[in-house]
Amino acid sequence: MTEARRVALFVTCLVDQVLPEVGVATVRLLRRAGFKVEFPVAQTCCGQPFHNSGHTSEAVRLAKRTVEILGDYPTVVLPSGSCAAMIRVEYPHLLEPWPDWHSRAQALAAKTFELSEFLVEQAGWMPVRAASAPAVTYHDSCHMCRMLQLGAEPRKLLAASGHRVNEMRESDRCCGFGGLFSLRMPEVSNAMTTEKVAQANETGAPILASADPGCIIQMRGLAPEDGLQIEHIATLLEAASR
Amino acid sequence: MTATFPQFRQQARIAIEDIRLQGALDTATGNLLGARIQALAELPDSEKLRDHLKSIRSSTLANLVRYLEIFERNAVAAGVHIHWASTGGDARKIVIDIAEQHGVTLATKSKSMTTEEIHLNDALAAVGAEAVETDLGEWIIQLAQEPPFHIIGPAIHKTREQVAELISEASGRSLAPDDIAMLTAEARRVLREKFLAAGMGISGGNIAVAETGSVVLVTNEGNGRLVTSAPPVHVAVIGIEKVVPTWDDAAAWLALLARSATGQPLSVYTSIISGPARNEDPDGPREVHVVFLDNGRSRQIGGEYEEVLQCIRCGACLNVCPVYREAGGHAYGSPYNGPIGSVITPLYSGLRKYEALPHACSLCQACKDICPVRIDLPRMLLALRETEVREGVIPWPERKVEEAAAVVLAHERLLRFVTWIFRRLQGVFLRDGRLQLPLWLDPTLGRRMPGLAQRSFRTMWQAGELESKE
Repeated sequence: MTEARRVALFVTCLVDQVLPEVGVATVRLLRRAGFKVEFPVAQTCCGQPFHNSGHTSEAVRLAKRTVEILGDYPTVVLPSGSCAAMIRVEYPHLLEPWPDWHSRAQALAAKTFELSEFLVEQAGWMPVRAASAPAVTYHDSCHMCRMLQLGAEPRKLLAASGHRVNEMRESDRCCGFGGLFSLRMPEVSNAMTTEKVAQANETGAPILASADPGCIIQMRGLAPEDGLQIEHIATLLEAASR
Repeated sequence: MTATFPQFRQQARIAIEDIRLQGALDTATGNLLGARIQALAELPDSEKLRDHLKSIRSSTLANLVRYLEIFERNAVAAGVHIHWASTGGDARKIVIDIAEQHGVTLATKSKSMTTEEIHLNDALAAVGAEAVETDLGEWIIQLAQEPPFHIIGPAIHKTREQVAELISEASGRSLAPDDIAMLTAEARRVLREKFLAAGMGISGGNIAVAETGSVVLVTNEGNGRLVTSAPPVHVAVIGIEKVVPTWDDAAAWLALLARSATGQPLSVYTSIISGPARNEDPDGPREVHVVFLDNGRSRQIGGEYEEVLQCIRCGACLNVCPVYREAGGHAYGSPYNGPIGSVITPLYSGLRKYEALPHACSLCQACKDICPVRIDLPRMLLALRETEVREGVIPWPERKVEEAAAVVLAHERLLRFVTWIFRRLQGVFLRDGRLQLPLWLDPTLGRRMPGLAQRSFRTMWQAGELESKE
């Protein structure tokens, strides 16, 4: 394996502890695309929950730690748009006061990719079309679409793997998660999720796909258990290209 | 007014449970968003215009005192009286003094968020001067004795039935909710009497143009013209940040204001007030006063929140905000609601009193995207949250939990140990792989939350289960 075919997986804390099957699917997809996957075991959390709740010194501590752990790999891939945005957009901002850390954060930002972005733009990989795959509707998670401007990539991959993508009225409307927000303002958060799930149901697609574990856990929490199936794109793509 | 966590949540709950309100809110915000997109598409290059307006706003703020002085010089030359108010109290006193000098018992008002900010109507009532709102939406909420629900649409949460009831009560006639023409005719009749009888007209000002000392007022109902021209005295209360150097600058502002707000190329009326009536003018006010309000604005200059002063008050951030679209405007406890209100209310009126507002946000970034001058509101909400942590507004136990969590996450082996304990303990609450907490213990109020997976990804990886078969 050449250096260029080596990727470090930053699996994210939610996938590691709550949705490990998404991590497994991510590893398989990256291997199918021809990459050697490494998992730096010291990794934990990117620090976003602390950053978002105003606990800046804790966020800085975890950001520096993550920069340290991932900095030596040629490429870093995450199955989460939100955590990718944290590393790409927020780390350089957060570590600005320390010139050395700032430049290391910028270097890491430049080689960090969200999974679908990496598969489409960096690996040039497309899944082999499955014989028949159910229709999906795609939820544009906030940080992925507005901080990383990514939305075409997951749709391309889903379409290539045989899923028809039925669009919601407002695919980029927040699902109501927002980290600690969902616990501080549970009434509002739940109302937002209910709206999102209703819009997904309107599309008639049996599956709601997203590239963010946080959104998936949130939406599964309020979608009727016997109704809409809510899946990470990695899981869907892995199954379709098996 | 305040917005503590319990207050915000209580008001939001009321709005969320009100099905009619939710319907009205969804329709109004959805329509405004759709109209905005179409209106911006009509411009040759709306993105460039947004950048241009932003640079006008930021360069003006960098020389704010200079442009306010130019405005003052030119306005005074045109016969306008200029007043400077450091606080809301100062501004109220200035307006009350003018009202008392002229023996005013009735004042008409055109819609003004600045006078909402300083609670001018109550202050006038206390000295025996009735202030009647003449913008239809603002009048409706005045009749309902409510604060505005939306920066540009104060009554968007009211259904036609509710409006018919309020106008019927005000006019003493029973009006049918379906007869919109009759409702507006009745509003017109009642308000026309007020316009003619008023001793003073009070307005805000959308833009203050320094090069001619002029106040620009945009309205859709023409009430602004009657307020500023029929009574003998006109008082405009304007935030100091609303000044621009030239008419070219004002033109860029106007090109984006109505488009961003309602999707109109221009509002129906754009009034330009450049001094009192000249001798040869058959009508118009004999006296014009401009009250420039600081009230916490100038102390933002040079600080991390300066950008917020660039706001042109279009309300687009409210329409796109997923929190506002569920919680509604009253939860914010402030005339300024939605994302922009969540930033400026704590800045102008105190973070402790409005502790919940920086958290009334999922950080979805939609407000930053839609803002015509690209104000980074999410960044400022984060900064306010940071201040709350630093100043102890966030309660001690929560800070300690966060600190402890960060310690655990900073040590991988500790993380494994803590999650090992959690996996042993969560069994008590797990049913079919979902945590089932008693409702009083459930911070999610009923979402089905998964527990930790039986085995973490790192456990599988380290056990060699994911080794490549290739």
